[in-house]
Amino acid sequence: MRKAKKYWQSMMWKLNNFKNNTALITENGQKITYEELDKHCRSLTDTIGKRCLVFNLCRNEIGSLVGYIGFLNAGIVPVMLKADLDSELLQECIDTYKPDYLNLPSEMAEEFTDCKEVYKNLGYSLLKTQYDSAFELNDELALLLTTSGSTGSPKLVRQSYKNIEANTKSIVEYLNLDETERAITTLPMNYTYGISIINTHLWVGACLILTEKGLMQKDFWQQLKEHNATSFGGVPYTYEMLERLRFFRMDLPSLRYVTQAGGKLSPDLHEKFAKWALEKNKKFIVMYGQTEATARMSYLPAEKSLEKYGSMGIAIPGGKFSLIDVNGLEITTPETVGELVYEGDNVTLGYAQCGEDLKKGDERCGKLVTGDMAKFDKDGFFYIVGRKKRFLKIFGNRVNLDESERLIKSNFDNIDCACCGKDDSMCIFLTDSSYNERVLNFMTLKTGLNRAAFRIQDIDEIPKNEAGKTLYKALEQYYA
Amino acid sequence: MTTLEKYTQVFTDTFGITDEEAKNLKFQDIKAWDSVGHMGLISAIEEAFDIMMETDDIIDLSSFEKGKEILAKYDVEIK
Repeated sequence: MRKAKKYWQSMMWKLNNFKNNTALITENGQKITYEELDKHCRSLTDTIGKRCLVFNLCRNEIGSLVGYIGFLNAGIVPVMLKADLDSELLQECIDTYKPDYLNLPSEMAEEFTDCKEVYKNLGYSLLKTQYDSAFELNDELALLLTTSGSTGSPKLVRQSYKNIEANTKSIVEYLNLDETERAITTLPMNYTYGISIINTHLWVGACLILTEKGLMQKDFWQQLKEHNATSFGGVPYTYEMLERLRFFRMDLPSLRYVTQAGGKLSPDLHEKFAKWALEKNKKFIVMYGQTEATARMSYLPAEKSLEKYGSMGIAIPGGKFSLIDVNGLEITTPETVGELVYEGDNVTLGYAQCGEDLKKGDERCGKLVTGDMAKFDKDGFFYIVGRKKRFLKIFGNRVNLDESERLIKSNFDNIDCACCGKDDSMCIFLTDSSYNERVLNFMTLKTGLNRAAFRIQDIDEIPKNEAGKTLYKALEQYYA
Repeated sequence: MTTLEKYTQVFTDTFGITDEEAKNLKFQDIKAWDSVGHMGLISAIEEAFDIMMETDDIIDLSSFEKGKEILAKYDVEIK
């Protein structure tokens, strides 16, 4: 009997279906066709020539994108990490997962003295590490992403080829994307929301405008206008910046729609952007997702944006939501809060915490208990009202509060601390104010988040119960 | 307090740096001055000098020096 072809042996992206379309526009205005992109991808992956694990150190540049697309098309499994990840955390990830290769910006290559450069193109270098297929890779495994990208836990989400394909097709369908789209990058390539924009656009033969520039830079807006960008995505913080930039007064004729995900937007801002869209004949689409569900689980259709502001909408095509109560029973009455459960082909395989986990198969079987608390209204639109676990979303990144506490305690002796707060603003309680500046600098360095994300609060004693557990409720008065 | 002292203090408070480090600072010279830091900086400048800046000025304010020129447009002389 002939062995069936494995999923990773067929190509994810059919780049040659769109040969002459422009796939990418780089920061210096260079246009790359799908045919050229395909050639760059093949030339990179031919150097590797086998299925193995690779770390792709990302920026919104062509070299990172060629790595990502090329690796997936060649059945090579990339771990997507930000290029400016703290070097200690990166080393910890390398030691844990022992990748065969690193694909990174060439100027970073010399930092890795124990690796050998085997290929160089487009300002990126492929380095061979000392490892050779250290761990077995499950046949379904396509891609590995961090859950938070911050507090240093090398915990990764295992995504399959089927996950990526299913989620990409759903998003293409509900956003109604075609080859005339041109998205400009506003999110990192190692971030699931950023990746989903890349996936959907390359799926339909559309164009991506790659930029490392941010909303607060003149060059970003010049690129957006010059190349007639039709869309971009943003986390809640992006929309706060846009409001401050007097976005509502800008004239952006090429722009068709903007999407929002990566945390709950305040209902006030949701309403303002919904009104802007209505007035300017654009679309504003709020979505909800998690890396554990590849990227997206819900969207609020643009025509409902104003009527249902504050809602994260309905399940994406092919997906299904339900709510469960504390006993695990399904909630059927509107306006009743329960834990949100999602089912769909985009529910990922599970986590990896060590190299041996890479051979694991599907542990979730299409069902994800999200950890988010939600309710639905009488029309079936869902609203996020809180979360079960102790983490914050800071500038779109999940930051685990218990891990943050452990990080601080393990790096500073004789210090007691508690981390809590609101999205985009972590409050760090310290009992010794002489550490304030050092802890702030340490957290900024380790998480890579701007120092504006942290507020240090002096406190005489961390309130605890008899069992020694921190009473977080008692700390709420300081930041609520 | 002179306007220069006030202006410098906005930078030192926002980014956690010294007066000396603030003087020749440009956007993205330090990690603290990224997009997020920039928004904080703009808010702090607007508050310190009681002004509302235009979009073009917000995205043009790419260095300590440039900020002084821009503030002049709002009748704030930094000296």
